[in-house]
Amino acid sequence: MTKKTGFNDAISRVFIGNVVPIMFIVLIAFATPLSGFSTGYLVQEMVTRLGRNSFLVLSLLLPIMAGMGLNFGIVLGAMSGQIGIILVTNWGISGVSGLFLAMAIATPLAALMGWLAGIVLNRAKGREMVTSLILGFFINGVYQLVVLYIMGKIIPIKNSALVLSRGYGIRNAIDLKGMRQSLDKLIPLKIGDISVPVATFILIGLLCLFIWWFGKTKLGHDMRAVGQDMAVAEDSGIKVERTRIIAIILSTILACYGQIIFLQNIGTLNTYNSHDQTATFAVAALLIGGASVARASIPNVFVGVVLFHLMFVVAPMAGKQLMGSAMIGEYFRVFVSYGIIALSIVLYAWRHLKERERARRSLRGAKES
Amino acid sequence: MTEQQPLLHMQGITKEYFGNRVLTDVCLDVNRGEVLGLVGENGAGKSTLMNILFGMSVIGQTGGYAGTICIDGKEVIFQNPFDALKAGIGMVHQEFSLIPGFTATENILLNGEILQDNIVTKVFGPRLKTLDLPEMRAIAEKSIELLGVDISPDTLVSEMPVGHKQFTELAREIHRPEMKLLVLDEPTAVLTESEAQVLLTSLRRLAATGIAIIFITHRLQEILDICDRIVILRDGQVVKEVATGDTDIGQIAELMVGRSVGAKSASTSGYDKDTETIVSLDHLWVDMPGETVRDVTLEIHKGEIFGIGGLAGQGKLGIPNGIMGLYPAGGAVTLHSKPIRLNDPAAALAAGMAFVSEDRRGVGLLLEEALDWNIAFTAMQAQNKFLRPLLGGLIQWRDDKAIQNVALEYIKALDIKCTGTDQRAEELSGGNQQKICLAKAFAVQPDVLFVSEPTRGIDVGAKSLVLESLRTYNRKNGTTIIMVSSELEELRSICDRIAIVDEGRIAGILPPSATAKEFGLLMIGKLKNEENKVESHE
Amino acid sequence: MNRIRAFVDKAGWPRIIIAMLLLSLFIVAPSVGVRVDQSMTNTIVRFGMNGILVLGMVPMVQTGCGLNFGLPLGIIAGLLGATISIELGLTGLAGFAGAIGFAAPFALLFGWSYGKLLNRVKGNEMMIATYVGFSSVSFMCMMWMLLPYRSPKMIWGYGGSGLRTTISLEGFWIHILDNFLTIRIGPNFMFPTGMILFFVFMAWIMWAFFHTKTGTAMTAVGSNPDYARAAGINVDKMRTIAVIMSTVYGAIGILVFQQSFGFIQLYNGPFFMALPAVAAILIGGASVNKANITNVVIGTILFQGLLTMTPSVINSAIQSDLSEVVRIIISNGMIVYALTRVTRKSR
Repeated sequence: MTKKTGFNDAISRVFIGNVVPIMFIVLIAFATPLSGFSTGYLVQEMVTRLGRNSFLVLSLLLPIMAGMGLNFGIVLGAMSGQIGIILVTNWGISGVSGLFLAMAIATPLAALMGWLAGIVLNRAKGREMVTSLILGFFINGVYQLVVLYIMGKIIPIKNSALVLSRGYGIRNAIDLKGMRQSLDKLIPLKIGDISVPVATFILIGLLCLFIWWFGKTKLGHDMRAVGQDMAVAEDSGIKVERTRIIAIILSTILACYGQIIFLQNIGTLNTYNSHDQTATFAVAALLIGGASVARASIPNVFVGVVLFHLMFVVAPMAGKQLMGSAMIGEYFRVFVSYGIIALSIVLYAWRHLKERERARRSLRGAKES
Repeated sequence: MTEQQPLLHMQGITKEYFGNRVLTDVCLDVNRGEVLGLVGENGAGKSTLMNILFGMSVIGQTGGYAGTICIDGKEVIFQNPFDALKAGIGMVHQEFSLIPGFTATENILLNGEILQDNIVTKVFGPRLKTLDLPEMRAIAEKSIELLGVDISPDTLVSEMPVGHKQFTELAREIHRPEMKLLVLDEPTAVLTESEAQVLLTSLRRLAATGIAIIFITHRLQEILDICDRIVILRDGQVVKEVATGDTDIGQIAELMVGRSVGAKSASTSGYDKDTETIVSLDHLWVDMPGETVRDVTLEIHKGEIFGIGGLAGQGKLGIPNGIMGLYPAGGAVTLHSKPIRLNDPAAALAAGMAFVSEDRRGVGLLLEEALDWNIAFTAMQAQNKFLRPLLGGLIQWRDDKAIQNVALEYIKALDIKCTGTDQRAEELSGGNQQKICLAKAFAVQPDVLFVSEPTRGIDVGAKSLVLESLRTYNRKNGTTIIMVSSELEELRSICDRIAIVDEGRIAGILPPSATAKEFGLLMIGKLKNEENKVESHE
Repeated sequence: MNRIRAFVDKAGWPRIIIAMLLLSLFIVAPSVGVRVDQSMTNTIVRFGMNGILVLGMVPMVQTGCGLNFGLPLGIIAGLLGATISIELGLTGLAGFAGAIGFAAPFALLFGWSYGKLLNRVKGNEMMIATYVGFSSVSFMCMMWMLLPYRSPKMIWGYGGSGLRTTISLEGFWIHILDNFLTIRIGPNFMFPTGMILFFVFMAWIMWAFFHTKTGTAMTAVGSNPDYARAAGINVDKMRTIAVIMSTVYGAIGILVFQQSFGFIQLYNGPFFMALPAVAAILIGGASVNKANITNVVIGTILFQGLLTMTPSVINSAIQSDLSEVVRIIISNGMIVYALTRVTRKSR
């Protein structure tokens, strides 16, 4: 089969395959000058946000590889990380050691959560995404139960600055002054006016390396096989259920670390709200970077974080210029987040259906073509 | 090649499924480097025998089997397919078991990859070993070469033509060094002529290296081309084992189809030979996966019971499914000389045709609903029966009482065993479920009734009742019945004429009194000559 | 013993646990100072408020389109109807009827497009429903600010533009159904006859619809789409009708909810509103592809009863507000449970 490779053909293929990021670039190109932000400001914002969010978005990659779609259950990892931070703050351990200690404590909890989520998702094959979404809401309820009622009452909290005035339950907002920017500023670097969180980027780089290496291992290869066709993988002897659970556990643990990195940058833990939009924004960013429900790679993560957060930053001001109200810009960026997820899932579902129809025809004894 | 003892020796294999004897004392020998052809009709027991050989779980789950299997003289018992694989037996199934997004190399070595240790494996276990891609590629290449085909090991399966996918599957089985015996189940069914040729050549090459092959087929040409010996199964027993050179087409056909018991050919001709044509099919094609119809032209006479038979997968089931609009179809179908719009179930029903599908549970029934609903539904939707018009016809109100009554009527007429008209369809036995499907079709009062596999999965008593009710319905109402069935005997017992479908085309039409040999010859495929060019349907 | 076992199997443990929980809450209530008659009133009122929203789940489930997480679309249609009605200054029964009247075309349009979309994505309906719901609520957040409403009762004060977040129905049609033929027994018990009658009426319409030829066809489509297709039914058309019905019931449902609640909630109000309705019907015994009106009634009573009783009883008992957390855990837990039940081979 000879493929017509003309310059035009290649261009159009690149274009169609990456419709979403391209649309976004156009949108942002339009909105950015409107917002009135200086380039310097935007570059700094992007560097900061890359450091803050990339780890979280990277945690979405493994479940996609394993064919489980967009893992809205990363919020379970985020909540585990938050509990780690609460405990570490309770014990008064600050700085980078506090940060790593929080990660260490939260790891078993995140692994447990991931394992639970994996089991639930295995029982909802074909509906993984909506199940992980609702499971996230459910565990959020349990989290609130623990943090609002059990902590301080049954789980003793020494640090009274953490506790609500009524005597038990964690405060709404916790100032992470000990931990704030501890990782970001660990290796200080300034390029002109832009400060770069080197240590954070090193961690992110390590994760990318891990993911790349993981893809070359048997486990990673098995995950890909399971992701494409569970039945064939099962027949060849790969333990499908187990592989899927491992994918979710890894994803949850990575999200746990990602949320801790996120919070150390922000510097404040909104106990009951910090994790609300974690999954939505991470998923939206990944999709905007050109990933789909069935396929995602490391470049999608970084392109997506930059594009998504650029839009996020410029939207309110652009909205104020265009429509006279910053609120419109804020609503717009939320709409874009949900809208892009809706669009991606529709495209995926539609394409999936078409592929299955085509596969059915070319299987046995179809018309000779 | 003669060895003192055969590579594979199956002795006294007997198997029952829920009291139904499907294999009786089957003995089979295969020698190294030999190609054994396994021939038989549907239900003869080929698949069951291979399932036993391959250790499929369904065998153990349904009571196991009796008899022994010996490999190189040593008795073996396979608990699962992996045991069989380890013993050197490989099987290429009809459905491809390939990962579309992986390359040929990755598929050939699926879950058998060549791995390398690294630091992490000591801590986290063997699954974190890295893949040795160059080594894998070399092995895949060797395997492909052995087959004598030209496939790049880096091609994605999703981009391969069907034939290459088949070869990739084959390469996967033979890349294992311990491979001794290969079983292939109708491997040329999806291949073009040229691809089939290449496959047969590859198989001969494989056999020459000492690999034994069991080749399941019904295509006469293939049997003659590459099989050294043939084993013919019928009704679960070995009726003949013979070297290819020592037999001929006629004998094979007859042995495959014939019955030792005399055929009870009841005189069913109750119709007038000069009656008009009621349904005519002109170059009908149907795209039904697994039962493709390529080019069927038929004329069916009013009031007759017309049988359509043939081996599984040859297309007979596609004919009624295509006419009734359940699968994409093309060509021309006329009823009472008026053209019928295809791909439109409502049109077929409105024209006066009804269909009892072979897929009872999938298409024929609403398992979770009551049986009276099941019976009345099609008539209600297609013909507005069992409805009461309210508000001057604006609202069609469901008449539950009428539905109940019609159900009671058919329960009585067909002797359906149930606890009441509101019993859920899924709770009935297979035979009674089939009677519900029949009742559903009868309730429509069609001019033409298509029935597919009417007695599949039903016990003997119910079988005769179903056939009898069809015959009565035909006699009483003059309904034309077109019956598709894998059981030739069943067709011979009530049909006026029987057509045999082979490779998606009508191989011939015979009266029920024709001999087993004549039927067998039609089913067994043609010898390669000039015609049989496949038509494109674009 | 066997009959009890059969009952338990059929009802499922979650339902039994929730029913027992509710019963025990009612029993414990008086001892912590919560009046039973007050509680019953609250439960009945909340039943009436939510009933029609839950009813709206039935058509889509029966037709095999899954649980309608996209209920916010119907709710938005209802909100548009309500705001237009207020904009035109309609009050009382005319206001309420006007709200329904203006909501209807929106509901039909939204339902029809939504139905067409769902037909193209068979097998992934629930996920898409969820995000279509979220996206439309977010989109409307922008619209509420931009649409040319002018009624001073609705827009931000001091010369602002755009609608307020909550709009009071005082002076328009607040409690219009509740106060119709109300039955009061003592100062603590009220039976909102009007609202309950309206629910019965809407339930009756749905019951009647499923007894027609089309309704019967829709049930078959959900039960076995291949069977329905073989019988000549246009599966896509049936699904679209179901989605339209669901959306219309959502629109009417939110209007009934609001007249009792007293406020119209815009912006992010409708965001999570699908979840309680989904949870309610699941608690009532429905599955992902089978639901009936009994499920609606039982489920809504149990769920709303629990939501009413838990805060009042537990709050009185341990002096704190667990209601929100309980709501989240029970409703989402129920949905996860239902999603993990193995159904007939999912396409």
